[in-house]
Amino acid sequence: MLQEQFADLAKCVEPDRVRREVYTEPAIFELEMQRIHERYWIYCGHESQVPKPGDYYTVQIGRQPMLMVRGKDKRVHVLYNRCPHRGNMMCGDRHGNTGEFFRCSYHAWTFQHDGALRTIPMMESGYAGTRYGKDNPDCSMKKAARVESYRGFVFASLAKDGPDLKEFLGESKIAFDDMCDRAPEGEVEVVPNCFRVIQHSNWKIFLENQLDALHPSVVHQSTGRAAHEMEKRIEKKTGKAPLSYHMLSAFATVTIDKWDVFQTLNYPQGHCILTGYMGLRPKDSDTLAYEKVMQKAYGKQRAESILAVNIHHVLIYPGLSVQSPLQQLRAVRPLGVDKTLTEIWHFRLKGAPEPIYRRSLAYYNLVNSPATLINADDLENFWKCHQGLSSDGGDWVSFGRHFGRDIEKPGGMVETGPNMGTSEAPMRNQMKAWAQYMAAGR
Amino acid sequence: MSKLELQHAVEQFLYRQAEILDGKRWQDYIGLFAKDGIYWMPADPSHKTWEGMPAIFAEDINLMTVRMDRVMHPDAWSQRPHWGTNHVVSNVVIEKTSPNGDVHVRSRFHMLELRRDDVRHFAGSYRHHLKKAKDGYRIKLQRVDMTNAQAAYDYVLQVWV
Repeated sequence: MLQEQFADLAKCVEPDRVRREVYTEPAIFELEMQRIHERYWIYCGHESQVPKPGDYYTVQIGRQPMLMVRGKDKRVHVLYNRCPHRGNMMCGDRHGNTGEFFRCSYHAWTFQHDGALRTIPMMESGYAGTRYGKDNPDCSMKKAARVESYRGFVFASLAKDGPDLKEFLGESKIAFDDMCDRAPEGEVEVVPNCFRVIQHSNWKIFLENQLDALHPSVVHQSTGRAAHEMEKRIEKKTGKAPLSYHMLSAFATVTIDKWDVFQTLNYPQGHCILTGYMGLRPKDSDTLAYEKVMQKAYGKQRAESILAVNIHHVLIYPGLSVQSPLQQLRAVRPLGVDKTLTEIWHFRLKGAPEPIYRRSLAYYNLVNSPATLINADDLENFWKCHQGLSSDGGDWVSFGRHFGRDIEKPGGMVETGPNMGTSEAPMRNQMKAWAQYMAAGR
Repeated sequence: MSKLELQHAVEQFLYRQAEILDGKRWQDYIGLFAKDGIYWMPADPSHKTWEGMPAIFAEDINLMTVRMDRVMHPDAWSQRPHWGTNHVVSNVVIEKTSPNGDVHVRSRFHMLELRRDDVRHFAGSYRHHLKKAKDGYRIKLQRVDMTNAQAAYDYVLQVWV
């Protein structure tokens, strides 16, 4: 019955609404793991997570347990975390250093950092005359079909064919350009701490929330107001409140009617960009000192064009949310139809003064930590959303806000109309891309 | 103050702190801190300082007040469902005393949390740097190393543990 019902997945997605089963049906989840996550480019990690040969990090791509490892050749490899002998998981820790080579804990097969078989105990006596040995590629750890990195950010695709990384990223690569360009040395370095937070909801609910400009003033009002009160009190006492209070109070001071002035840019791959709103270019002495360092590194004109980039958020479909001006990103790992892991990282701008890092850190701690003053209320809503969608109370999820008023540009980019920043265009766009990926993968 | 009296006074302080938390008396909790006091839950047990480091909590009294005001707002959605906690504090060991009456003390905690119909357990260690005050102690630094913090967070913490 299920097959009949969802034989044509395209019928689940209309331009302004989506069937609820797209979020709740385990069979559809399996299909989207095959057709989207295990086919297109998924973020694995930053090269600076694995600086030394043998350093590795495990990472989930779709349903596949993978690992990202630095080879002796300095290259970053992405392998299935599995021994080709009996299927044993190779690395049981989340991250570490594997030494000169990988060694399976079960029968001691060893592999190079690029996955190639190195030795099998008593290989000659045990395997002479069999099909098993170094010449058989099935005796090596399997590699991701494709691995590419852009400005230090490593992605893998588990499909041999398809667009290359740069083509796939398209305009969304501004997330990495904006982040790296803001570093006087043109590079960022990961801060070695990952906050991992589980959401009891479908992965698409999280993605749709990222550029939902209407929700902040509803969902985050409690924190915005409390922070705004404190900001005013500190200002009264000392003349100036730390910027971290502004990061929180903006959720209340930018009231619901003001969010329409922002804009989202939506791309055919499902990627979306939200133009900025947090006023992160204040005129305080820390910012001015940083701007001087930038001018010295890039020249006045180029520095100005970097600092003037005005984006708050870039969503790279189907699994990465980047806040480049604050040097944070959240990688989305679907664990099940109703369970999603987010891995949250932040970065240092190489060559930037310490106070600029502290801003990024304050946002990381206050907004993105497991004691977050912001995301807690999002998670509550995501869970409630998933609960509601599991019911028979209705069949559709609607994305009708400002529907029919989007502006389509040549090349398929969709812009929200003037003063329509709260448009549900990002959700419409993501589901359009989703339907295309699902159909193409058949 | 004899060693025994000191041990007793410090334990009473820690027990009172647990009661205040379980009673959701947030303002009283903040009142336990010195003016320059810090509540700190490090992101990693190896961290030596809260300053300039990723942290789960790293809050002065101002930020604690924001957290309190937020939790008490009627639209703090994640705080709407019924929830309650029970803290047990034990293994109280005084590490250091100073001539000015300051005390460094470590202890262990176990907290049960009920949220909606779910029961969860949190456990770990406290390390308090207590400053002597006229009416007892004030917290200069409370470090909380929660064992659960090393796994993925299948929850979000909204108040102090």
